[in-house]
Amino acid sequence: MPAAEPNFTRAANAGDAVDAATAKAYWSKTSGLMWLMLIIWAIASFGIHFFVGFLNQYKFLGFPFGFYMAAQGSLIIFVVMLFWFARRQNAIDAEFGVSED
Amino acid sequence: MSDPSTQKGDFLSNLGKVYGYYTGGFVGFVLFLAVLEQVGVPNRIIGYLFVFLTIGVYALIGYLSRTAQVSEYYVAGRRVPAFYNGMATGSDWMSAASFIGMAGTLYLLGYDGLAFVLGWTGGFVLVAILLAPYLRKFGAYTVPDFLGARYGGNFARFCGVIVLMSASFTYVVAQIFGTGIIASRFLGISFELAVFVGLAGILVCSMLGGMRAVTWTQVAQYIILIIAYLIPVVLLSAKVTGVPIPQLMYGQAIEQIEMLRVTKEALAGAPSHITPFQTYDMLNFFGLIFCLMVGTASLPHILMRYFTTPSVRDARQSVAWSLFFIFLLYFTAPAYAAFAKLEVFQNVIGSPIASLPDWVRIWSDIGLVSVRDANSDGILQFREFTINADAIVLATPEIAGLPYVIAGLVAAGGLAAALSTADGLLLAIANALSHDVYYRMIDPGANTKRRLTVARALLVVVALVAAYVASTRPAGILAMVAWAFSIAASGLFPALVMGVWWKRTTSAGAVAGMIVGYGVCLFYLIGTQYYAMPLWFGVRNISCGLFGIPAAFVTTWVVSLITTAPSKDMQDFVESIRTPRGGVRLVAGEKVLD
Repeated sequence: MPAAEPNFTRAANAGDAVDAATAKAYWSKTSGLMWLMLIIWAIASFGIHFFVGFLNQYKFLGFPFGFYMAAQGSLIIFVVMLFWFARRQNAIDAEFGVSED
Repeated sequence: MSDPSTQKGDFLSNLGKVYGYYTGGFVGFVLFLAVLEQVGVPNRIIGYLFVFLTIGVYALIGYLSRTAQVSEYYVAGRRVPAFYNGMATGSDWMSAASFIGMAGTLYLLGYDGLAFVLGWTGGFVLVAILLAPYLRKFGAYTVPDFLGARYGGNFARFCGVIVLMSASFTYVVAQIFGTGIIASRFLGISFELAVFVGLAGILVCSMLGGMRAVTWTQVAQYIILIIAYLIPVVLLSAKVTGVPIPQLMYGQAIEQIEMLRVTKEALAGAPSHITPFQTYDMLNFFGLIFCLMVGTASLPHILMRYFTTPSVRDARQSVAWSLFFIFLLYFTAPAYAAFAKLEVFQNVIGSPIASLPDWVRIWSDIGLVSVRDANSDGILQFREFTINADAIVLATPEIAGLPYVIAGLVAAGGLAAALSTADGLLLAIANALSHDVYYRMIDPGANTKRRLTVARALLVVVALVAAYVASTRPAGILAMVAWAFSIAASGLFPALVMGVWWKRTTSAGAVAGMIVGYGVCLFYLIGTQYYAMPLWFGVRNISCGLFGIPAAFVTTWVVSLITTAPSKDMQDFVESIRTPRGGVRLVAGEKVLD
């Protein structure tokens, strides 16, 4: 018995294919979001931690701030940015009418 | 489960209820064991009940999820909701090393150990924005499947399989080793026997139901491992600071640690917990973070979890949930390290050796803690005390003065972490062999029954080989686990990312990039590890991806530019996986998946 593959259209389905101009505009906006996310990622992963010595002079919730950023701050940024990214990309999909449903 | 489809539907619409009851049942079980302990049931029996009952539950889930359908076996029928796939990914991702070892690493290295905390979380950002939604749209069964379709054929597929096997095999051996250690400690049986008990635990979860069974056991394992990780440190925080939120309160502990370090004479020579770059210089600290992150986004057992969601939208949402569930453990690990260190600095070091706390005696009997009075003054000095990284999490229940049932809970959590990761890795390896090598390269005419038989047989064979290797206690292999990230990152990341994001990437470019990245990485690893090759720019070999990743990107780019651009069909194919709506336009001649 062939396996069921819900929500997955196998062959080219001319009816719901997206026209070239829309696809291009969609991809440029999607790429823009990707680059924005990549920049935030680079700052949270590397950028702020270059200044750990400087940041450690300040206290945050009882922690030296530089230590706090590596132990919790950056992690919180990662989690929040991914939920935001999922929402933002959904909005872009809807804007160009390329959502799955 | 006479009719899998309707049964599955019921199960899926009742997930919250099912796992809610399951969690309640587990909490009740722990309380029941606590009562047993109070009425005098021996610790050994409690250990047995923890190990066998949890493995029994995983086995039951594995059995109930058995399947005879290919898409259920490989991708759980693509029906796993984002939230639950996030939990499954959490336990797939967090291994014995994360559960038991990471807090200890943070204890020993202080700030520099945070490279692991950052590196093992931030990679999910790359997964979400660069890969997961597009691989989900393509609808692959395995990661090499995508390489085969995008780079026209079996050679690229085969390169992918080689990299996958190199990265995943040492990793799975380490997980089975971890289950052996935990099972032998809590069952009081020999390590070799315990390895095979662990193996049985792994196989019952995966063999009958493949990805479907692994998914639902991993969710169950996540629930146990996160409860087991949080409870001891929450209770310890309540005891030390009066507030049961360790993640907020350990700042105070760090302050006291730093104060004691400079005021207490016996602590002479103790490194600071917060000063950066004492063990790793800046290049190695940031290099390690980079390699761990890119490696996360390249490891096939993680990427394949996102093939199981119902849609592209769910795949994105699911990465966010995954990171949230992983975050719960990783932002707690530094608290374990700080509270354990405070206990050691306050109550162990500087104390008369004759009257050390009980937990020190218990763990030095097992050999994870060592105390020797080098200057014979009867007082324990910082340099006279060593503690194995694994002891931090394992000893916390005793440090906090908690009953044995909590120690058993921690063991069950560690076991869940090791088993769930081993399941995911074994499935990734066996699926690459059965789907990519056997079905796509050797016998494309095989029917469903034959394919599933081969898949199950290979799963058992790979598991047996891995368990055999683990039972020989291979020191070399355990050291190699950390290399998996750099190997996967150098061999797979550029081919995967450029395959989606740069239409001009050609088959020749991608294959050349994979070979060069993998080659550079292995050359540096083997040269520096075994042939005393000098380090390049002082980069430790755990971060060899720092050379392999750029080498692979540049090679892919240059070779792609000098070879003929991909066909219009191929460009259409890439276009079609970039857009959530519509079908995937496969290149003519490429066989459709089924």
